[in-house]
Amino acid sequence: MALTDIWFGLIAVLWVGYLVLDGFDFGVGILLPVLGRSEGERRLMLRTIGPVWDGNEVWVLVAGGATFAAFPAWYASLFSGFYLALFLVLVGLILRGVAIEYRNKRPEPTWRTRWDRAVFVGSLLPAILWGVAFANIVAGVPLDAHHDYTGTLLTLLNPFGLLGGLTTLGLFVTHGATFLALKTEGDIRTRANRLAGQTGLVTAVLAVAFLAWTQVQRGDAASLAVSVLAAVAFVGALVANRLGREGWSFIGTAATIALAVVALFAALYPDVLPSTTNAAYSLTTTNAASTDYTLSIMTVVAVVFTPIVLIYQGWTYWVFRKRLSMQLVGDEEPAAHGA
Amino acid sequence: MDALDLARWQFGITTVYHFLFVPLTIGLAFVVAGLQTAWVRTGNERWLRLTRFYGELFLINFALGVVTGIVQEFQFGMNWSDYSRYVGDIFGAPLAIEGLLAFFLESTFLGLWIFGWGRLPRRVHLATIWLTAIGTMLSAYFILVANSWMQDPVGYTYNAAAGRAQLTDFLAVLTSPVAIVTFLHTIFAAFLTAGAFVAGVALWRLARGAGEDESVFRTAARVGAVTVLVAAVLVVVSGDQQGKQMTAMQPMKMAAAEALYNTSQPAGLSLFTVGTLDGSRELFSIRVPDILSFLATGSFDGKVEGINQLQAQYAATYGPGDYRPIIPVSYWSFRLMIGTGGLAAIAALWMLWALRRGLRPNRWVVAAGMVLPLLPLAANSFGWILTEMGRQPWIVFGLMQTSSGVSPSTAPWEVLVTLVGFTVLYGALAVVEVGLLVRRIRAGLPAPAETGEESERPIAFAY
Ligand code: HDD
Ligand code: HEM
Ligand code: HEM
Repeated sequence: MALTDIWFGLIAVLWVGYLVLDGFDFGVGILLPVLGRSEGERRLMLRTIGPVWDGNEVWVLVAGGATFAAFPAWYASLFSGFYLALFLVLVGLILRGVAIEYRNKRPEPTWRTRWDRAVFVGSLLPAILWGVAFANIVAGVPLDAHHDYTGTLLTLLNPFGLLGGLTTLGLFVTHGATFLALKTEGDIRTRANRLAGQTGLVTAVLAVAFLAWTQVQRGDAASLAVSVLAAVAFVGALVANRLGREGWSFIGTAATIALAVVALFAALYPDVLPSTTNAAYSLTTTNAASTDYTLSIMTVVAVVFTPIVLIYQGWTYWVFRKRLSMQLVGDEEPAAHGA
Repeated sequence: MDALDLARWQFGITTVYHFLFVPLTIGLAFVVAGLQTAWVRTGNERWLRLTRFYGELFLINFALGVVTGIVQEFQFGMNWSDYSRYVGDIFGAPLAIEGLLAFFLESTFLGLWIFGWGRLPRRVHLATIWLTAIGTMLSAYFILVANSWMQDPVGYTYNAAAGRAQLTDFLAVLTSPVAIVTFLHTIFAAFLTAGAFVAGVALWRLARGAGEDESVFRTAARVGAVTVLVAAVLVVVSGDQQGKQMTAMQPMKMAAAEALYNTSQPAGLSLFTVGTLDGSRELFSIRVPDILSFLATGSFDGKVEGINQLQAQYAATYGPGDYRPIIPVSYWSFRLMIGTGGLAAIAALWMLWALRRGLRPNRWVVAAGMVLPLLPLAANSFGWILTEMGRQPWIVFGLMQTSSGVSPSTAPWEVLVTLVGFTVLYGALAVVEVGLLVRRIRAGLPAPAETGEESERPIAFAY
């Protein structure tokens, strides 16, 4: 196997890690105004992701950095091409991050309401736009001979792109709901469970339509097989959710997202950014890649350090494995000052 | 303005802004880890209360460091796509390694630290803040390796067929003398920054009448002031090394920083120089004989090249063009870096003396408390402006000019949208963060009871 293929695979792994992990953070953020009926409930919801969201977000930073290192031409064309879309994603991530960290730093209700809105918007924007971006990466975009993007923001908002955006939105909301059902106790757990069932049905339709359309455009046998597995995992998640088996249901939604991402990468290969202008202008795993020397150094680093990261991130989830209940946050106003 | 100018403004604004939070994060992580270690070892509650007080301020600052950093990670692709294609084979590696080694470590263990009070065993909990601190330092090292390669490219060849620079010796990139000395200078500056913050906040509390907590804040003030003084010595020593590196690698930067128009041997250090607007000769100048020769070369009669000679030499090597950075910017940023940083050190010295004599709070003390933390922030920004603007017109010194690095596919209006968008958003966030810091400082130390380890409540009544 060529180093370039290994790195194509590793970048897929990084995106899987990112979308599975930050995916439920986005879901929780979007559900904040829906499931969080009181100040205490909203605080509880944010507590479920509080210790981990920042570590989850780092997956996208590493995916970006790894793309820069392994496929500089891909990094360059993609981010300069999807310029305004990426700008909106960044604004969303900034708002969400600051909002999660700052909302509880003052007791006034207006202060908190404002930041809650920022959590919502900051989760919604990336949840949709990552899907739009991936749909367009797989379908291809207009690139010229220099591999520069010649479209605009509107070029990306085509029907297939929008369907991709709605699919990730649905997946993350359902994933977030199964996560909340798994991590909380009492009334909110029941409601999260019920909601996951409802959004799950809508999402199933969207996801099947999106994966089928992807398959028609660029699929091969491998991507078809993985898409089918993704669908099976999702059905499993919904059944487990109905039965109240929350652990299995969360594993199911996580597997669905992971498999859907793998299906998209399988369909994309061996291109990394196809050109709709002229197939000869497409970026591929070979013409976008760094030298073998750089790739082999990066491989050693990745092989040594990725397992270490997985171990300590896994340990964090273990430390915070307990379900959270309303007793923890209480509905009382927090003390005038902290610590 | 064209897309190039807008992209440059955007990079300058977003990066300088990011770097307002960065040094405070790096320095405070170690200070808080030190305070918590003191508590674990002595069991004395004053250390615990200080840990939580400064820990919360650290977290407020950290949040903005993180969100502004995300922009940095993608900005090279967005605004500098031709640059990314040209250097990606070399430059991407340290960036990716920074994420894998440093950002995961920082963010994961900080989450454990915030929420692990009362849940993790004491010593394990202490280890989480140390690992966070180590993460910030690793992050600084790898990003500065990337930046140093732009200042002094090593360990590469130019592949004409591919039209890009390619890595040949990664170890040379990781251990380039410019990278090492830049790392040291930046880290010491970060400690200076954090020390001034700790001392300034404590001073302000003291002046407001800290009541029962007076002695605790006196301790904090002393810890901060000593940190500043030790760091200041190290900053000067490493800065002197940097000056010598810079003269060897980028003599034009040193000539511009000193407004030295013509090659001199020996050369005097400028105290005050006024030049013509076209930057070709000096009108008036006060110089201390021989000192610049010593700073730049290590010997009192060393030769220091001047702007005009270098310009002619570069034009002969690289083809016709203007190879001079904006001279007043280089000249003044150099002086302001040293000046504002030095002022912070003098203030710290005065504080130690005053504390010893039982400092009486008055207006002046309050003013000093408010200004002290700002001085090193200014010094850091001027340092980067010197480093980055003094390198112009090069984006990678001697290899690629800034004008060839910009993204060809983005329209000026698009760059304008993001420039205005980030600037407005960042401006608003600055107001929020300063407001929160002031509020938290006003609230003073947490009461002894509130610091009980048993409370499952995480720090900062957060979440
Ligand atoms: C000398 C140190 C230094 C310098 C020059 C830079 N940074 Fe930085 N950066 C840090 C030191 C740092 C840090 C101390 O590690 C931060 C600050 C606050 C924080 O959370 O970590 C950080 C945060 C931070 C983050 C968020 C990490 C997270 O989510 O935990 C990203 C993506 C970047 N930075 C990327 C960059 C890039 C691409 C830079 C180059 C233009 C850059 N930084 C300059
Ligand atoms: C964090 C501290 C940093 C600060 C404060 C800083 C500051 C600046 C400033 C003021 C400019 C504008 C110069 C001009 O337009 O004339 C600039 C440009 C630039 N710097 Fe830095 N810089 C920092 C770190 C870095 C790092 C770590 C890198 C690379 C890893 C970097 C790469 C660049 C690039 C690509 C440009 C754009 C080209 C240009 O206009 O010069 N900078 N920086
Ligand atoms: C006598 C004191 C100092 C000397 C001789 C000195 C020297 C230098 C030099 C020569 C550079 C430019 C390096 C280059 O472009 O290659 C630099 C950059 C810088 N300085 Fe200083 N400096 C001093 C004090 C300070 C202080 C007090 C601070 C902050 C507290 C500071 C922070 C910085 C920073 C952040 C940079 C940019 C990063 C870097 O290139 O290291 N410096 N300094």
